Amino acid sequence: MRDWRYWLAEQRGTLLAFGIFIVMFAIYSANHPAGFTANVVQTAANKGVLLAFIAMAQTLVVITAGIDLSVGMIFTLTNCMASWLVIGTGLETALGLVAVLGTGLFCGAVNGAIVIYGRLQPIVATIATGAVYFGLALLLRPVPGGSVNEGLADFLTGRFFGVVPASLVALLVVVLVVWVPFSRSELGRAAYAAGSSETAAYMSGVPIRRGKFLAYTLAGLLAAIGGLFLTFFTYTGEAAYASGNAYTLFSIAAVVLGGVSLFGGKGSAIGAIFGALAFRTIGDLLFVFDFDPLWQPLFQGVILLIAVSLGAFALFRVRNRLEWFL
Amino acid sequence: MDGAAPLFRMEGISKRYGGVRALEKADLTVTAGSIHAILGENGAGKSTLIKVMAGVVAPDEGTMTLDGREVTFASPAAANQAGIVCIFQELSLVPELRVADNIVISNPPKRFGMIDRKAQRRIAEEALARAGASDIHPLALVKDLPLSRRQMVEIAKALARKPRILILDEATSALTAADVAKIFGVLKRLREEGLALLYISHRMNEIAELADQCTVFRNGRNVASYAAGSKSDNEVVELMIGREYSHIFPPKPIRPQSGAAPVLEARNLSWSNRLDNVSLSIEAGEVVGLGGLDGQGQRELLLAFFGVLRGLSGRILVDGKPVSIASPAAARDDRIGMALIPEDRKTEGLMLPMTVRENLSFAALDRLSKAGFIDRGAEQRLIDDMVGLLAIKTAGLDIPVGALSGGNQQKVVIAKWLMRQPRIILLNDPTRGIDVGTKQELYQLMRKLADAGAAILFYSTDYDELIGCCDRVLVLYDGAVKRELVGAEITEHALIASALNIHGEHAGPRRGEGA
Repeated sequence: MRDWRYWLAEQRGTLLAFGIFIVMFAIYSANHPAGFTANVVQTAANKGVLLAFIAMAQTLVVITAGIDLSVGMIFTLTNCMASWLVIGTGLETALGLVAVLGTGLFCGAVNGAIVIYGRLQPIVATIATGAVYFGLALLLRPVPGGSVNEGLADFLTGRFFGVVPASLVALLVVVLVVWVPFSRSELGRAAYAAGSSETAAYMSGVPIRRGKFLAYTLAGLLAAIGGLFLTFFTYTGEAAYASGNAYTLFSIAAVVLGGVSLFGGKGSAIGAIFGALAFRTIGDLLFVFDFDPLWQPLFQGVILLIAVSLGAFALFRVRNRLEWFL
Repeated sequence: MDGAAPLFRMEGISKRYGGVRALEKADLTVTAGSIHAILGENGAGKSTLIKVMAGVVAPDEGTMTLDGREVTFASPAAANQAGIVCIFQELSLVPELRVADNIVISNPPKRFGMIDRKAQRRIAEEALARAGASDIHPLALVKDLPLSRRQMVEIAKALARKPRILILDEATSALTAADVAKIFGVLKRLREEGLALLYISHRMNEIAELADQCTVFRNGRNVASYAAGSKSDNEVVELMIGREYSHIFPPKPIRPQSGAAPVLEARNLSWSNRLDNVSLSIEAGEVVGLGGLDGQGQRELLLAFFGVLRGLSGRILVDGKPVSIASPAAARDDRIGMALIPEDRKTEGLMLPMTVRENLSFAALDRLSKAGFIDRGAEQRLIDDMVGLLAIKTAGLDIPVGALSGGNQQKVVIAKWLMRQPRIILLNDPTRGIDVGTKQELYQLMRKLADAGAAILFYSTDYDELIGCCDRVLVLYDGAVKRELVGAEITEHALIASALNIHGEHAGPRRGEGA
């Protein structure tokens, strides 16, 4: 049986992202003044986890050969909501959580409905809805402020048993509860099939529309989980336009680093998570080497270009030049 | 088979696409436990018939009955549900998914709401074994398999759906001989099991070996049904011919043998598994046709000349001198002077939202520009010439080219290339989907260009055109030139017989037979 070889070939993108992350993180922690300590890991995890959630959200949509430019804004909107609602007694906090996550689901569902039933192109539809979500965020928090249930926030951003970052555990739970069932469900497979070849999927009687709709909806949910964690880290809500947009763009970079094909049908959220963590570490590398922070965007961009170029080698094997444009 | 109640029956099925009638009151009766072959030349309506059966397109009129009850299929899924499963010519596999995923795709086994991977694996292995393809690993990605293996997966996928009627549309065209033998074994076993099989193929020897019943389609109608083996190949070909000649072709001049080197020559061109040692030469003033069934390498041959294919072996000579053509830009260069009128004008020929003017001058911009700027006056003069020469009917030069009729769009594509005064013109089925009047104009134009010294290579799926326009026709089969027909040898009979690669004296050429 050569099953493992097929498994390996399939997971190549994910493993590559994992490898990049491990190397980057090794360099990072080796040169960190404090070294490889629970504190350093916790800080890194808390920063990385936010992008990881957004990248997971992006992955779901990218798998269907779409793109979601509103994830950063759902993230911002839910952050602002959480800074009003996730507070008070245990029951109030719980209801707040449900409301925030429900909003994320709803935003994602709106995106899905517009793209699938309205037949708009994902890029345009989500730029528009993203602007709407940001507008709502501004209404909720014209100026930064608010607060959050600090007990819950500290619990989810601290450490378990003194060593394991709680945010990483939360990420793992989300993977197990959202990603794994999705990837193994019939609709999840429909999302992949629609992204890989919508014609073939249609001809095979696959529920393309429901699969894509689920992908967009869950993307909204994951972005909202990201928004919650942002609130837990900062204790406030802020309708920050630049930050929301940066998260959207970084999520696309993370997804590509994680081996998810922008043409759809290929890749996994696990890869995207490692892509996100690697991307964050690359950004932080400069700090441990005492470079001027002004160099960060340039450095990040160059590393990203190199990583993405690795994926373009397949074009050299194409024998019919018309296939370049497919 | 007589006496058995029909499992499935189609009556009076018609389907039009725009002005083109693909099916005209067609009937078909399918019996359980038999293999029914459907024959007909390109465009006879076979594909549409199957699409109607499989729920891909809805007929304009007519009824379908299954087990004596009237049925309609809103989608391929509905047809599957009723037990009609089709293996299409264009594969319906999802490339990025595994073989096993693809086999169960329309109805995956589930456990606790999630796909049961163990059960999926088992079903896939069973189906592959049933299709005689247990060498294919269920975890392999479909995109990594060669075409012939994918075809086997396609068959396994169909079997996993437990069909009552299985339709195979050119299902063996990509298979190796060993695979075909296996598949035939499988199909015969399925017939024993009581399935009804519809088998569409252009390979007469396959039909002879497999079929119980045959139906011939022509012009969207079923023109004859007969028990397999009761007619000779020759009679079958006669049944498939029979369109009235509706086109008017310009007379072919009698050309003296010139001693000059051919304008375009190919020596032993091979590419991938689609072109097999193709050699040909075209002289100035000659119109050479490419015949054969659709998809036998004609398109690839034209692309090879035009510099699109990589890894081409063999040589291309222009004016007797070897050249290397690395891209369409090199092919259109004045030293070679080649133009390709592509098959799909909407994607490869035109930028639909852009204006007629812009589309016309795209290919000649380098000639019309001085120091990088377009000389509007020169552009206008040349465009006026072309619009006049081709009689392009347009409300203006500044409207989107997508607003023109199909025939006029095609004229724009041709005019765009004529603006470069090419010496070698490759045409890839240029009259598909355009009206008869425009077709006639194109035939005249082609001859006029040839008379002015161009070398023309003309692929058409319409045999009448090849007969009416070409000085010579090369018939391709499986990527190789199987026959060359010259002058009076170019008859519909000879074209069809050699396209089907029928050997033997009956189907051989008979000089002087009425064209």
